[in-house]
Amino acid sequence: MELKNAVAGTLESGDIMIQIGPGEGLRVELQSSVEAQFGRQIKEVIEETLKGLGISDAYVKATDKGALDCTIRARVTAAAVRSTGVDVWK
Amino acid sequence: MRNSKVVTLEEAIRRSGLKDGMTISFHHHFRGGDKVVNLVVDKLAEMGFRDLKLAASSLSDVHSPLIGHIKNGVITGISTSGLRGELASEISHGLMKEPVVFRSHGGRGSAIANGDLHIDVAFLGASSCDCLGNASGCPRSENAKSICGSLGYALPDAKHADHVVVLTDDLVAYPNVPKSISACDVESVVVVDSVGDSSKISSGAIRDSKNPRDILLAQQAAKVIINSGYFVDGFSIQTGTGGASLAAVKYIRESMIEKGIKASFALGGITAHMVKLHEEGLIGRLIDVQSFDKVAAESIASDQLHQEVSAVEYASADNPGSAVHALDIVILSALEVDVDFNVNVLVGSDGVIRGAIGGHPDTAEDSALSIIVCPLLRGRIPCVVPKVTTLITPGAGVDVVVTEYGIAVNPRRPEIAGRLKEAGLNVVDIHDLAAKATSVIGVPDPLPFGDKVVGIVMDRHGNVLDKIHNIQ
Amino acid sequence: MERLRRTMMFVPGNNPGMMADAHIYGPDSIMLDLEDSVTMAEKDAARLLVHNALKSIDYGDTEMVVRINPLNTPYGRKDVEAVVKAGVDVIRMPKTETADEVRELEAEIIKVEEELGCVGRTQIMAAIESALGIVNAYEIATASKRMMGIALGAEDYTANLKTPRTPEGSELLLARETIVVAARAAGIACFDTVYSNLEDMDTFRKEVELIKNLGFDGKSIINPRQIQVVNEVFAPKQKDIDKALKIIAAIKEARAKGSGVIAVNGKMVDRPVVLRAERVIALAVASGILNEEELS
Repeated sequence: MELKNAVAGTLESGDIMIQIGPGEGLRVELQSSVEAQFGRQIKEVIEETLKGLGISDAYVKATDKGALDCTIRARVTAAAVRSTGVDVWK
Repeated sequence: MRNSKVVTLEEAIRRSGLKDGMTISFHHHFRGGDKVVNLVVDKLAEMGFRDLKLAASSLSDVHSPLIGHIKNGVITGISTSGLRGELASEISHGLMKEPVVFRSHGGRGSAIANGDLHIDVAFLGASSCDCLGNASGCPRSENAKSICGSLGYALPDAKHADHVVVLTDDLVAYPNVPKSISACDVESVVVVDSVGDSSKISSGAIRDSKNPRDILLAQQAAKVIINSGYFVDGFSIQTGTGGASLAAVKYIRESMIEKGIKASFALGGITAHMVKLHEEGLIGRLIDVQSFDKVAAESIASDQLHQEVSAVEYASADNPGSAVHALDIVILSALEVDVDFNVNVLVGSDGVIRGAIGGHPDTAEDSALSIIVCPLLRGRIPCVVPKVTTLITPGAGVDVVVTEYGIAVNPRRPEIAGRLKEAGLNVVDIHDLAAKATSVIGVPDPLPFGDKVVGIVMDRHGNVLDKIHNIQ
Repeated sequence: MERLRRTMMFVPGNNPGMMADAHIYGPDSIMLDLEDSVTMAEKDAARLLVHNALKSIDYGDTEMVVRINPLNTPYGRKDVEAVVKAGVDVIRMPKTETADEVRELEAEIIKVEEELGCVGRTQIMAAIESALGIVNAYEIATASKRMMGIALGAEDYTANLKTPRTPEGSELLLARETIVVAARAAGIACFDTVYSNLEDMDTFRKEVELIKNLGFDGKSIINPRQIQVVNEVFAPKQKDIDKALKIIAAIKEARAKGSGVIAVNGKMVDRPVVLRAERVIALAVASGILNEEELS
C-alpha cells in the first residue's frame, strides 16, 4: 500500500498526534508524557492498529499527551486512512 | 553604633563565622518569587565557600541556579520540604552525592527545635525590618514591595540558628512592630534591592475554578465533611490551595450559612477564601503559618484575630501545644494514594521529584478527619494505585479519599463510612478504585529506578520513612 | 421503570479528553456530537474517535447517543455505520423535517444491523430545528417504532422563524408545546434545547423550571456545571414523595391480598396516579432524596 504523509490528532491533553509516512518495516518514534509507564504499550497499540489495516511498512511519529488506547487506535486509523485514501467504512 | 547591625551581605557573612561544611537556612514564604536563596548562595560561591549544607523550608522552580552551585561543590547537601522544576529533575537523575533530606513542615520545626537539624547561619528574607532586626512579612511603609504576610516557617530558624541574618528590601524606622522575628534573635540586617518578585509571591483576588472535575471533587469533599459527624458548631478546618480544595470551601460555606454552623478556627496556609469566611463571621480565628495570597497577607497585617504561628506551633509532632492537635478536619491533595491509604505528594508517577511534603503528614496524623481529594485519573496517570511510588503520609492517618469515581473510607473508620453511606454518597472500596483505574488505562510498566539513593523521606518524628532512588 | 432523561449532555466528538470521563458528572444521557461541533476536515477523525470510545469506554448506565451528520451530506451514512457497529444506544438525527427522513435513517440502520445480526438494537431520536419540522412533529415522532424521543433545536428554529432568541423564550412556546404534545401522543421522550450562557445560572434555572412545567422529560446541556441545576429543578417535593410512597405501599398491599383494587385512605387509585407516583419515586431516588433500600 502506498503511503502519503498524513497527520491526525492534536496535542491537547488526553489526545495523541500521529504523523505517518512511507518507511520500510514499521518504525514508531514516540514522545509521551507517560513514556516510562506506558511507552511500550502505546507503541504496541500503534503497531497492532497499523497491522490490522494491512500496513506493514510505515514511519510513524507519535506525540502523546496521555491518550487512552481507544484514542490511539482512532488517531492511528484516521492518519492511515488519510495516508492511503482507503476508508474503513463502506 | 546605633546602625551597626545594618551591613552588606558580604560583611554579614563574614561576621557570621560561616565556614565550609556548615549549614545555612532559608524560608520559602516568597515562593516562586524568591530571590534570597539565589542571591545569598551566589555571594557565598563568590566568596569561595564550599561544601555547604542548604536547609530550606522548601525550594521551587526559581531555584534552578543551585544546580550550578551543586556541580561546583558550593552546595553538597540539601534538606527541604519540596523540590520542583529543573533542580528536582536533576536531583532525581542523580546530581548530588548526598541524598536530599525531605521533612514535613512540622517535622522540620521539630528537628530544628530538638537539634536534629542544626542551623549555623540562617538567611531570612523579610518584607520589612528595622535597623535592629525586628522583621515582618507585612508592609510597614509606602516602599514595601515584597509582601508575604506570615513568616511562620522562618521562625524556628530565627529562634534556634546560631547566627541570624535578615535580608530586607524595606528598611523601616525602629520599632518595626508588631514583629515576627525579634531583634534579639538577629545578628545582622542586610538591605537588598528585592527579596522577592511580588507578582510571583502570591496571586491577587479569589479565582473560582471553572474546571468541572475540580467542582465535582469539591462538591463531593464538601458532602463528606457535612455528613462526617465533625461538621458541628465550633469545628476547625484546614484546606490546601488546589482548585478542588478551594472550591470545597465555597460549598462548605453555603452549608454553614444554611445550618447556622460556625467554625472556631482555620489553620495552615491561609487563603482569600478563608479570610472571606472569617470576615463574614463564619470562622472565628485564622491561624496562619503561610499567607497564600495578597488578601491573606493584608488580613494578617490588620486583623487581631488573624494570627501568625511558627512551624512548630503549627504542626510539631513532639510539641503537644501545636495547633494540629486541635484540628478537626483537613482537606489534602495527593499525587498518589494506595490501597492501604498511604499517600505520596512528592514524587511524580514518572519517578521524578515534583512536589512538596508540606504539612501533609502532620495534619493527616493529628486531625480528627483527614480527607484526600484527588482525581482517580489525570490523563493516563493513575492516582489510586496498588502501592505509592514514595511513602510520605502513612495510611494510618488518612481517613477518606474522594475521587470522581467514588469515595473510599479507611476501614479503620467504619463509623464514617456508615455516615457517608447513610447520606447517600457513593462509598466504594479503595481496591475497586485502583481496579477501575487499571481497567481504563492499563497496568503501567515499573519505573526505571537506579540503585542510588537521591532522597530520604523523614517522618515527622525524625525517623527514616522511605528512600527515593535515582530515575534513569 | 422508565429511564430518566433529565439531562442529555453534548460532548464534541473530536475531543478525546472530554469523551474519556463525561459520565463522571452523572448526566442521564451523553450525546457525542459528529455534527456542528466538528469541522468538515475532522469529520473522519471524529467518527473514528466516537466509534472507538463507544467500544472501549465504560460509560456505566449512562445512555449513549450520537448526533450524526445529515444523511444528505457525504458523512451521514458513514456515521451511521460507525456508531451502529460500536453499539450506540441512540442515533440522534439533526434537522429533521419529515417522517420520511426518519424512515430513511431507519433503513440505513437496518442495513448495518443486518450485517451485524442485531436488527432492532439501535434507537432513534430526532432533533426538530425548523418550522416544517414542528408542523410535522407528530408524524416524525411516530415514523418508526425505534423512536426514543424528539428534541427541539432552538438556534436553527428561531433563525428559520426569522426571529431572535429572547431570555423569556416566548418565540419558542409553540414549538416547545408542540414537541411535548407530539411526544406524549407518540409515547416517547422529549428534550428541550440547549442554554449556552454558562455564566447566567439564574436564567438557566428559570428556563429549566419553565420546560419542566411544560412537560419535557429533560434538557439538552452543554456543560457538566448545568447538571446540578437541572436535577434540582426536576427533583420532586417532599409532599409529592410522601404521597407517592403511600401509593406504592398501597400497590404492595393490594398485591399481597391478591386484590386488583388499589386504595389509599379508602379512595381508589387510578392507573395514571400510579404511573405518576412511580415517576416521582424514580426521580426521588435519582436525586438522592430517597434511598433505594428504603423502598424495599
